[in-house]
Amino acid sequence: MAPLAPAPELRRKHLRRRLRTLGFLSPWLVGFTVFFGYPLIATVYFSFMHYNQIRPPTFVGLRNWTYVLGQMPLFGPALWNTLWLVVVMVALRVAFGLGIGLLVTKVKSGAGFFRTAFYLPYLAPPVAATVAFVFLLNPGTGPVDGILSRLGLPAPGWFNDPHWAKPSLVLLSLWGIGDLMVVFLAALLDVPKERYEAAELDGAGALARFRYVTWPAITPIVMFAVVTGVVQTMQYYTQALVAGKLASGVGVGPGTVVQPGYPDHSTLTVPQLVYSLGFQNFNTGAACVLSLVLFVIAMAVTSLLMRRRAGLLSAED
Amino acid sequence: MPRLRQLPALLAVAALLLAGLAGCANPRTGSADDDPTRPVTLRLWHGWSDKREVAAVDAALARFRKKYPHIRVRTTGNVGDATVNQALRAGGDDAPDVVASFTTHNVGQYCSSGMWADLDPFLRKSGIDKNAVFPRVLLDYSAYEGVQCALPLLADAYGMYYNKDAFEEAGISRPPRTMSEFKDAAVRLTRRERDGSYRRVGFMPNFRLYENSPDRLFAQWGPRYFDADGKARLSRESAAREFFGVQRELIDALGGYGPLERFRTTFGDEMSSQNAFLTGKLAMHLDGEWRGPMLAEAGPGFRWGTAPLPVPDDRAGTYGRGYLTGTVVGVAHSSRHQNAAWELVKFLTTDTDQVVAFANALHNVPSTKAALASPALDVDPAFRTFLDIARDRHSVSMPPSVNGGMYIVALQDFAYDVEAGRVRDLAAGLRRLDRQIDADTLQSTG
Repeated sequence: MAPLAPAPELRRKHLRRRLRTLGFLSPWLVGFTVFFGYPLIATVYFSFMHYNQIRPPTFVGLRNWTYVLGQMPLFGPALWNTLWLVVVMVALRVAFGLGIGLLVTKVKSGAGFFRTAFYLPYLAPPVAATVAFVFLLNPGTGPVDGILSRLGLPAPGWFNDPHWAKPSLVLLSLWGIGDLMVVFLAALLDVPKERYEAAELDGAGALARFRYVTWPAITPIVMFAVVTGVVQTMQYYTQALVAGKLASGVGVGPGTVVQPGYPDHSTLTVPQLVYSLGFQNFNTGAACVLSLVLFVIAMAVTSLLMRRRAGLLSAED
Repeated sequence: MPRLRQLPALLAVAALLLAGLAGCANPRTGSADDDPTRPVTLRLWHGWSDKREVAAVDAALARFRKKYPHIRVRTTGNVGDATVNQALRAGGDDAPDVVASFTTHNVGQYCSSGMWADLDPFLRKSGIDKNAVFPRVLLDYSAYEGVQCALPLLADAYGMYYNKDAFEEAGISRPPRTMSEFKDAAVRLTRRERDGSYRRVGFMPNFRLYENSPDRLFAQWGPRYFDADGKARLSRESAAREFFGVQRELIDALGGYGPLERFRTTFGDEMSSQNAFLTGKLAMHLDGEWRGPMLAEAGPGFRWGTAPLPVPDDRAGTYGRGYLTGTVVGVAHSSRHQNAAWELVKFLTTDTDQVVAFANALHNVPSTKAALASPALDVDPAFRTFLDIARDRHSVSMPPSVNGGMYIVALQDFAYDVEAGRVRDLAAGLRRLDRQIDADTLQSTG
């Protein structure tokens, strides 16, 4: 017996419902297609092309891929630096943001002042904040090393030392922790007080209260901070570029070729390399390969984190 | 099977997108069909930003306007190469007609991509013999593979600034002329604090200092970077091994890479009052001719002079040479007023009075033979050194390359490794460097 076909009236109703749904979704669909779908397809397409953005693209097979993955010496350091920052900077920012958030919730008097004081640095424009940090940490002319020397402490080279350049960037990011502090503060204030009271009645100490009351309640926010932190750090560009350029002390004169990543490529990140290849050398194919590598890594790390999320969160979350 | 039914639609959308991408190219091409005697407004983009420099550009354009009253010029200053590159690729009605660049390395990109129009037809039309007008080295860095897509608009010469008081104190009567004399002078000029740290070094050999890019020092050997086929040949260039050897000797003689590098990181910004030569931390210093007016204005508190950089001992006859670069100017491929744009380029680059006045205002080296010999040139003894370097037949510039300064960046990276002692086998390292440069070149070729 042949299945019954839906009545034409019913089909029209389904179609209208679909069109209505699509209508509501259309702003997002248009945005997604124009700003994500199309660029993604274009990136894949150009990764197999030679295209200098002025002459029509020509197919070059896997040449861009073999160049980036096998012949470009800066790819390794840039990827390493980016992943280093993802692991160290994100972890420290989350821990520090949570720590400051906890601290300001405990402050009895002047809470508003401390909350504002910790939040304010986040409002400083990234370039201005980086310029200030490079100036303060300059080994020759900055005050920080002068003070450390007077105290008999070792004075690092900070942004001028390849071993200290990335930790200096982390320090800069911790200074501007205001964004995460606010998020954690809101989450911490949202934990029901009764749970703490019940835990205290059960004899739980401060550590146990954090472990069994606070942590389960704020885990979704921690996950949010980690995932957005990973995505943002994968795109880390401005501060690293400005710090490297300023710390080198080189003015851009005639014929000066300035390479990002000073000193010794220690501040070179993949996004800087993408810009340099794509919009200074107009090596579009290689820049697209790098972008795709970054995209795949970001997707993999985010998927992994989202998977881990299931294990971290309690059933009710 | 609803998903399968949607597949053709999805494929169609993907095909449409790819078709759109395949057509990607600058949609606008200019023309040289315009009548340059008719009124027109041109757009000129340049990199000058300082008040004094902008005033010099404005004065040059006022002179142009007197000669060509029907051509108006709207200028945009402080434009870097990346912006010029991106704007010319994007096209549009507001794109510039005439563009200037401080980076001669990028001429290879401009010419090979067709982004800057070939000027040879315009030169011929105007009856100008470029070889008679411009010094050879300047023509070399403004053309690529026979395409003269730019012309020199003032030049920059690199030489040595030295602290005369420090020389007197060390008992040195004149600037060194050979690398042996250079090393000897650098050691004698170096002063240390009681704790052994540096108070002043005779010369900072580390490549990361300000203008000390390896290509500029290497110019004293007059190297050839590429062979006739365009392949990198540094591993076949004996001068490369000599150059790195001399730099290594200098580093060792002055106390080693680590201590020198630590001292270097205490220097202030190059373009500030904390410049290490200005603060007396350096007795000899590699720099361009523009440093002179800056020093005069800052008043460093010691007497200073200029000289050509020393040359290798076995090439003592080439003393006087130096590294040349400069500003180049061209006509944008997308300009619809290329004949009028050429009138502006021709005036700026070949009119002797204009070139001399512009050089005097900017304190740069003039870029034509006639202007270099002009009695109207405003020269002091310190500046004369750089004029002589520009005229010297042994002076060199960097060859333009299809990918701009990528090979210079590769050389810099290699040089940083060499000076830090990270390259055990120099010959093998130079072969690797050649392979790297060739791979980068191939990657940038269609």
